Amino acid sequence: MGAKEDDGIHENILPPIEQEISDELNAKAKKYLRGEGADLKALQDKKLKGQLAVREEIYGKSAKAAAKIEKWLLPSEGGYLEAEGIEKTWRIRQESIAREVDILSSRNQYDIVVPELGPYTLDFTLSGRFMAAAGRKGHLAVVDMKNMNLVKEIQVRETVRDVVFLHNEHFFATAQKKYPYIYNREGTELHCLKEHGAVLRLQFLRNHFLLASINKFGQLHYQDVTMGEMVGNFRTGFGRTDVMQVNPYNGVVALGHSGGTVTMWKPTTSAPLVKMLCHPGPVSALAFHPNGHLMATSGKEKKIKIWDLRKFEVLQSIPGNAKCLDFSQKGLLAVGNGSFVQILGDLSGSENYSRYMGHPMAKGYQIGKVQFRPYEDVLGIGHSTGWSSILIPGSGEPNFDSWVANPFETTKQRREKEVRSLLDKLPPETIMLNPSKIGSVRPARKKEKPTKQEREADMEAAIEDVKGIAMKKKTKGRNKSSKLTKKKQERVAKTKRPFLEQQLKEDQAAGKKRQKLNEQVELPSSLQRFARKKTTT
Amino acid sequence: MKVKVISRSADEFTRERSQDLQRVYHNYDPNLRPQEKAVEYVRALNAAKLEKIFARPFIGAMDGHIDAVSCMAKNPNYLKGLFSGSMDGDIRLWDIASRRTVCQYPGHQGAVRGLTVSTDGQVLVSCGVDSTVRLWNVPVATLTNSDDLSDNSVEPLATYVWKSAFWAVDHQWDGDLFATAGGQVDIWNPNRSQPVNSFQWGTDTVISVKFNPGEPNVLATSASDRSIVLYDLRMSSPARKVIMRTRTNAISWNPMEPMNFTAANEDCNCYSYDARKLEVAKCVHMGHESAVMDIDYSPTGREFVTGSYDRTIRIFQYNGGRSREIYHTKRMQRVFCVKFTCDASYVISGSDDTNLRLWKAKASEQLGVLHPRERRKHDYHEAVKNRYKHLPEIKRIVRHRHLPRPIYKAAALRRTMIDAEKRKAERRKAHSAPGSIVTVPVRKRRIIKEVE
Repeated sequence: MGAKEDDGIHENILPPIEQEISDELNAKAKKYLRGEGADLKALQDKKLKGQLAVREEIYGKSAKAAAKIEKWLLPSEGGYLEAEGIEKTWRIRQESIAREVDILSSRNQYDIVVPELGPYTLDFTLSGRFMAAAGRKGHLAVVDMKNMNLVKEIQVRETVRDVVFLHNEHFFATAQKKYPYIYNREGTELHCLKEHGAVLRLQFLRNHFLLASINKFGQLHYQDVTMGEMVGNFRTGFGRTDVMQVNPYNGVVALGHSGGTVTMWKPTTSAPLVKMLCHPGPVSALAFHPNGHLMATSGKEKKIKIWDLRKFEVLQSIPGNAKCLDFSQKGLLAVGNGSFVQILGDLSGSENYSRYMGHPMAKGYQIGKVQFRPYEDVLGIGHSTGWSSILIPGSGEPNFDSWVANPFETTKQRREKEVRSLLDKLPPETIMLNPSKIGSVRPARKKEKPTKQEREADMEAAIEDVKGIAMKKKTKGRNKSSKLTKKKQERVAKTKRPFLEQQLKEDQAAGKKRQKLNEQVELPSSLQRFARKKTTT
Repeated sequence: MKVKVISRSADEFTRERSQDLQRVYHNYDPNLRPQEKAVEYVRALNAAKLEKIFARPFIGAMDGHIDAVSCMAKNPNYLKGLFSGSMDGDIRLWDIASRRTVCQYPGHQGAVRGLTVSTDGQVLVSCGVDSTVRLWNVPVATLTNSDDLSDNSVEPLATYVWKSAFWAVDHQWDGDLFATAGGQVDIWNPNRSQPVNSFQWGTDTVISVKFNPGEPNVLATSASDRSIVLYDLRMSSPARKVIMRTRTNAISWNPMEPMNFTAANEDCNCYSYDARKLEVAKCVHMGHESAVMDIDYSPTGREFVTGSYDRTIRIFQYNGGRSREIYHTKRMQRVFCVKFTCDASYVISGSDDTNLRLWKAKASEQLGVLHPRERRKHDYHEAVKNRYKHLPEIKRIVRHRHLPRPIYKAAALRRTMIDAEKRKAERRKAHSAPGSIVTVPVRKRRIIKEVE
């Protein structure tokens, strides 16, 4: 007996290092389990229980395998920036970082100055390999960021307000003076999307192949770029805005309005899914965390707020102005204002954002757009005199997945991926606030009407409850037994009343129905077959 | 200050030579794949649609008999060989791969009713309504490839004449005895001209006989007095018997769970029994619209095929109440015999229209050698389809089968009748004294009694 117990203890105890590793793996596996498993104990069906148990075991195993891969097999490690001594990370300048990093990375710090075509806006492809830059005065450029090659640049001689890549680097859409246009990489104009009107901001929903736009009149348009079908066209009714962002987690489009509200939209309903008052003044910028649970908004009243989208609550309110906001893949928040970029970071891991880095640009630069380059520790900044790029260690995901977004994609792989992503194109109905609802079963609906017996039982229970309540001792003269009985009776009658009223109402309704039936059937049943089916007119 | 930034040199992440394979990296982080559940659902939907598009089960017909095909036998030693007997006394050996007759065995007067092949695959046993049992030599596999077909007709090794017309024959799975069914059940030794043993329980004709694949001395028979009887050759008398409301046309043992067998019944259903517990069926397989004529288990034991008088073939899971698949063609008449091939990937049916038909067991399966990538893709499609099979859209697509109008109408009519019966039973129960009417479960309803 004793020996057995000893064995049991030995199995559980591991050497401290292994224990640590297994704890770490368990913590990592949680991410891959994607939520809680099925509650097997609540199930009645034995067959289903057995099947689900097997399934859960497989899920657990695969999550563990994925955690092990993450721990041991991933090729690269993430970047970091650590201060030593009395140094502060937010005082470290780009020049001092440039001295420490390798040549390849230091090439990512640059300033492109094109003052006469300015303010610039920019967009990266999903893999971070290509960048599209658009100057207000009509300059469009596609740049290969790997070798800093200018793939193509064109001058459209028209105001360009926004640029966005479609599903790969071969196509991009621009919001120009009167209409948005779609160009291919060679600079050929493919489409003019006249139905959208004078668009201020464009967004592309990659999984759904939808191009979303908000125009001057506050109209939100969704267009399917594969078939060209206009999926949704809604008047927001909140006025003109150029604050628009897609939540990458669920494909919901968020708009920030001048009244301080943020509204969230999907292409299948004409009313917003969510309408939240975030700021007392106009909303100036908006950004979503890649895991979809955090939203950052900034208002003109010098406040940046971090929101929890699961509870729709403010997590944190940070003083500061922001013209533009962006979350990186690892959750750093870039705030651009005037000629200064500040990077906030969730350094403690408790969703509490504090300053991480800062970067002052040359005086007079007005920052219009900040965007982190995916899979790199780089922040792209579009401003009034061109565009710049700075290094933000620890911002990008170090390991890419070749089948999701590959920075070293070959032509063949790109073609293959285009076909595959088209096969997996999601219908617009799959955009919803909680996308994990897809494929789950709706719980059984509650019974609408209680039966007569149930209602009577409820009434009895309520009466019993009332009877059970002890009467208060009142002052002299008011405590007579006759008064007490009267009061008790009153109470019982009061509790009974709603039940009886309900009953009466239903009886009346049933009576009416019966009457109607009787009116229809006047003849005795034996003679009904002779009744005329239609009354002659 | 300590600083590190992500830096990927193109040399590390791309191939060195153009002959090398492209490098592939994985990161399973769920954050990189937004809306993965929706994507998976769309894939499942597409997989369900593709399955429907590629569902082309009919491979070809084997033409040659000049009367209805009454029985078939598989050669356990040769995958491509199949024997078939017809109502005019003709027996043919078919090469399934080329779908041609290899040789013919003339001799029977009147219909051939039963065919079976010995365990070593060398002797074919046939019996018919002319009260004879004939033993034939099976040509060696290499000979069957020769092209001079239908000329090499052969003489029987032996011909045994017995008392009454035969209805079925089956060979032991392990051993050299075979059993015939007719007026009684006879056990034969191939070297003797008379049966070594005879059994009789009841007076009616025995119409089918099947040996147990696990225990060579146990066999099950069904008779036209609606009974299913189990025999043990080691005992002198029959072992057990169950009487049902309607006749059982054929029996097939599950080769992987040899205590279980499934009976094809006249009442359009199949009943799976545990041979140790005959008072209740393990499962009732519904779906056919007319009497089920023949049944055969897949060698995997996970599914079986049935042929019916309603001119369709159905494939059932061994524990499924409804059929997984239904096959029909315009020209196929009443199906008298069906067989699963020994590799579990094809189904063969013989019908009244003198043809044998070859079908795929999985209607949308891709034939031929699969590339590993193709196989993985098929497996993935199967898995996602299975995962989302309960969702209405996918369920509708996967379940839908086009039926010929008479069968569709017959099914609707049957459903109405069953519903009406059920409703009536419910009402009768509700208006009787509590406890006076007991609802008998479907698994017991068609069984009259069990006799030991």
